[in-house]
Amino acid sequence: MVATLEIRNLHAGVEGDADNILSGVNLTVRQGEIHALMGPNGSGKSTLANVLMGNPIYEVRDGQVLLDGDDVLEMEPDERSRAGLFLAFQYPVAIPGVTLANFLRHAINARLKSEDPDSKGIPIPQFARMMRQKMSQLKIDHAFAGRYLNEGFSGGEKKRAEVLQMAVLEPRIAVLDETDSGLDIDALRIVAEGVNALTGPDMGALVITHYQRILNHVRPDFVHVMFEGQIVESGGPALALELEEKGYEWVRDKHKSLQVAQV
Amino acid sequence: MAVVRRRSSLPQAPAYQRADVEALSQQLNEPAWMLELRLEAWEHYQNLPMPYMEEEWRRTDYRHIQWDDAETIAQPNGAATNVVPAKNLEPLTGDEQGGLLVFVDGQVVRHELADELDRQGVVFTDLRTALHERESIVKTHFMTTAVKATDGKFAALHGALWNYGTFIYIPRNTIARLPMHVVCYTSTPGAALGHVLVVVEDGAQATVQVEYASKDSDKQSSYIGATELIVGDGGNLRYVSLQDWNRETFEFSHQRGIVGRDAQLDWVNGVMGSRLTKAFIEVDTVGAGANARVSGFFFADKGQFFDLDTQQNHNAPLTNTDLLFKGAARDNARTLWQGMIKSLPKMQQIDGYQVCRNLMLNDEARMDSIPGLEIEADDVACSHAATFGTLEEEPIYYLMSRGISRPQAQLMIIEGFFDELLQRVPFDRVRQRLMDEIELKIIG
Repeated sequence: MVATLEIRNLHAGVEGDADNILSGVNLTVRQGEIHALMGPNGSGKSTLANVLMGNPIYEVRDGQVLLDGDDVLEMEPDERSRAGLFLAFQYPVAIPGVTLANFLRHAINARLKSEDPDSKGIPIPQFARMMRQKMSQLKIDHAFAGRYLNEGFSGGEKKRAEVLQMAVLEPRIAVLDETDSGLDIDALRIVAEGVNALTGPDMGALVITHYQRILNHVRPDFVHVMFEGQIVESGGPALALELEEKGYEWVRDKHKSLQVAQV
Repeated sequence: MAVVRRRSSLPQAPAYQRADVEALSQQLNEPAWMLELRLEAWEHYQNLPMPYMEEEWRRTDYRHIQWDDAETIAQPNGAATNVVPAKNLEPLTGDEQGGLLVFVDGQVVRHELADELDRQGVVFTDLRTALHERESIVKTHFMTTAVKATDGKFAALHGALWNYGTFIYIPRNTIARLPMHVVCYTSTPGAALGHVLVVVEDGAQATVQVEYASKDSDKQSSYIGATELIVGDGGNLRYVSLQDWNRETFEFSHQRGIVGRDAQLDWVNGVMGSRLTKAFIEVDTVGAGANARVSGFFFADKGQFFDLDTQQNHNAPLTNTDLLFKGAARDNARTLWQGMIKSLPKMQQIDGYQVCRNLMLNDEARMDSIPGLEIEADDVACSHAATFGTLEEEPIYYLMSRGISRPQAQLMIIEGFFDELLQRVPFDRVRQRLMDEIELKIIG
């Protein structure tokens, strides 16, 4: 069965602040599809990513998020992950004292244990083999696995570590939150190749980006534009090129009424 | 006018008498000089008030100690090695062991020394035996340079009434390759006044771990201890101390390392147990090129109170001390670290570093850190810091977003916090065990 993530009329804001950042998002992402979500700064792209993953600083005020019909909003972030959702963070968090390998082994074991409470977890040799294979695939130095998670990582290393986590956890639907930001062109290509290697029939992706350039490497099936907390334009790959060419001004002009309507 | 709150009563003193000192010395059939040392310590003890509002003590209220229970010196009651928890007896490494010395209620119940160390002339024995068999070495070092009876009320009491101890001696230029392991276990409530004396002669090397534990009891106990680590010129000592007393034990201890010229002391001190611990942990660098690394980890929960008072004394130029303490507290526990780097006048080119990092796991826990410097030289590099953190939601969310449950995520973050310290414990197995104990504290 093809996994489907449905976002319906989603309204959300920061806890303690009455203003909505998302004001009625509708979007459906299926396994096997690549969606690009573009939009000017402050339009709500990262908020959407974090609300999907269950970041506790956000509060959902209306709407639904369903993964294969199951209510995602009722789930804790770890349950969402085990259900097949993944978020590549824009700002991955450093966890001193916890190595990347140790962390990923725990993450895999958490999955195995939720499927079978008696599971003893992944055998270490099998885990090590898998890690080596995935790191080679993503052109990541194997020494990476022994480093403390994101601690002292360069911007590029952090993003590659996010893609590695995605490769290891094999989500059905992945959200990549500005994974291209802060990368030089070589790092961008490596990250994009990684994303390409993982997307396919088994994974659907929502690639959030401010710039079009990652879309030269990762070919989206659909392009959406977010503005003022809503998806205001949707189309094919050509829409991304149009944005690249014309910028976001025309989106602003065309949808100014949104702001007025909200007041 | 501000209202000054005063403590309503002064701390009670235990009811020891001079006759107890004489009786103990006689019972142990000690040489006359030891009785003299004890009586001199007794004089100091008599002349000092119970510590109370002095700077080092004013944050440490121990008036809830019930000396009626805690002052009776625990006597061996026939308990043997089998009362000691298996985890304390587990070999430090999978490889060869250098030695194992197990005390139960002050009595040696197990004593093993590897042939290799024995042939090298390493002495690894209890202090009572050493007093007879190695009298002159003991006399030279016992409470003469490291911990002295004049260091404080409890140091004096210890000098007067110490009742058992460990003696480790590494002869000149001897590399004791195999680690030595000491376990001090108390099976009955009461007082224990344990001593550790490690003498590493010039150019010698050794690795030692000492563990303290006791059987649970609803009656109070006291541990009035002293640890003396003496590292001669060019010597090297790796020393690990792990304290896990039961929750009715009050520890008052003085611990000091003396590090000679071009010598190295790597000291890890773990504090997990006791109801109240007041430990003076000091290191003196006494020769140029001396290097001391002092590491501490502590985890207080359920009403525990730890007061760790550290001092780095640069008594020679060109010396280096590096102190890192990391601690966590939960429930209504309280911890206090007071650190001081001192130098004698004109001790140039010294490098002293001290930092205490605190992790508060809930709002009721209280952690304080008071770093300090008293440097009387100008060409120095000394720094200090204290940090306080809580378990933040952001890293928990990050770990949870990968499928890890909230309790597991919290556990990983706390273990990660301690990892840097645990990496300084030179034994894999001990590291793993400490992780398990930290886990117990978090879950329990």
